[in-house]
Amino acid sequence: MEYILNPWPWYISGPLIAFVMAVLLYFGKTFAMSSNLATMCSMAGAGKFFAFFKADWKEKKWNLIVVLGAVFGGFIAKNFLSNDTGANLNKKTILELKELGLINPGKTLVPNEIYGFDAMMSTHGLAILVVGGLLVGFGTRYAGGCTSGHAITGLSSLQKPSLIAVIGFFIGGLLMTNFILPYIF
Amino acid sequence: MKYLKFLLVGMFFGIVLVKSEAVSWYRIYEMFRFQSFHMYGIISTAILSGLLFLKISKKRNLKSLIGIEIYVPKKENGFVRYIIGGIIFGLGWALIGACPGPMYILVGTGIYSMIIVILAALIGTLIYGALKEKLPH
Repeated sequence: MEYILNPWPWYISGPLIAFVMAVLLYFGKTFAMSSNLATMCSMAGAGKFFAFFKADWKEKKWNLIVVLGAVFGGFIAKNFLSNDTGANLNKKTILELKELGLINPGKTLVPNEIYGFDAMMSTHGLAILVVGGLLVGFGTRYAGGCTSGHAITGLSSLQKPSLIAVIGFFIGGLLMTNFILPYIF
Repeated sequence: MKYLKFLLVGMFFGIVLVKSEAVSWYRIYEMFRFQSFHMYGIISTAILSGLLFLKISKKRNLKSLIGIEIYVPKKENGFVRYIIGGIIFGLGWALIGACPGPMYILVGTGIYSMIIVILAALIGTLIYGALKEKLPH
């Protein structure tokens, strides 16, 4: 039980993520989480305004069910399969984040300074959540996929477009973490 | 009932991503600072296992549940959309520490402010849909 309650090592987690991809392929579907955002837009009637959303969302219902399952999975993992072990971060990372003003880095899954109630109620915190969401939503559709579709599925099927997209993910991520984040906190 | 299997896959996915800490904002920060191997280990072993699965299924001619061969749809060729879209996605990923899978999973762990991120991501998707014809691809 200890093994399950403690954080799982990378060499167990990576193959398990590939297993999710394999099972979905076996069901005749693809592992593509971001396409749910477009499906929800279609569901809400965005197809009346923009041709891009004119898809039949009922065909994508299976993927929305995967999302629902993922929410349950998050609940189960957090409430029944975890102890209080925080992430075993690099000491340097912890020091850096403390200098940026974050309290207790790694003790929770996400920083209270971004996701806590007080942060959400402040203009600064709300702006981070909204801007981050807009960038992810716009970027993923423009690039035609996210981490699951491009990095996992695309790269394991050796597709060049996915390699370009993943290089883009890293350029953007490196820019944000190293050059922009220090000015945000 | 035909959707039950998808619910179970989603649940499994959510559990794995929480237990591996791939949903942790801090792990994403650490990855982009090159201060830990953890996320690189997860991503590379996932890709290698995926590669192995696809090679084996091709060699053995494995069939999917619906009777056709296991197949990954090809992405359209292109450059601009992948690199620019990718960079925009990366900027957001590193800022909020969550990509489109973890967003939902984190709501399940009790991070309800993530709903704001999801709504903003829906608006971002909508903006792409509105501008699609005007953007270079």
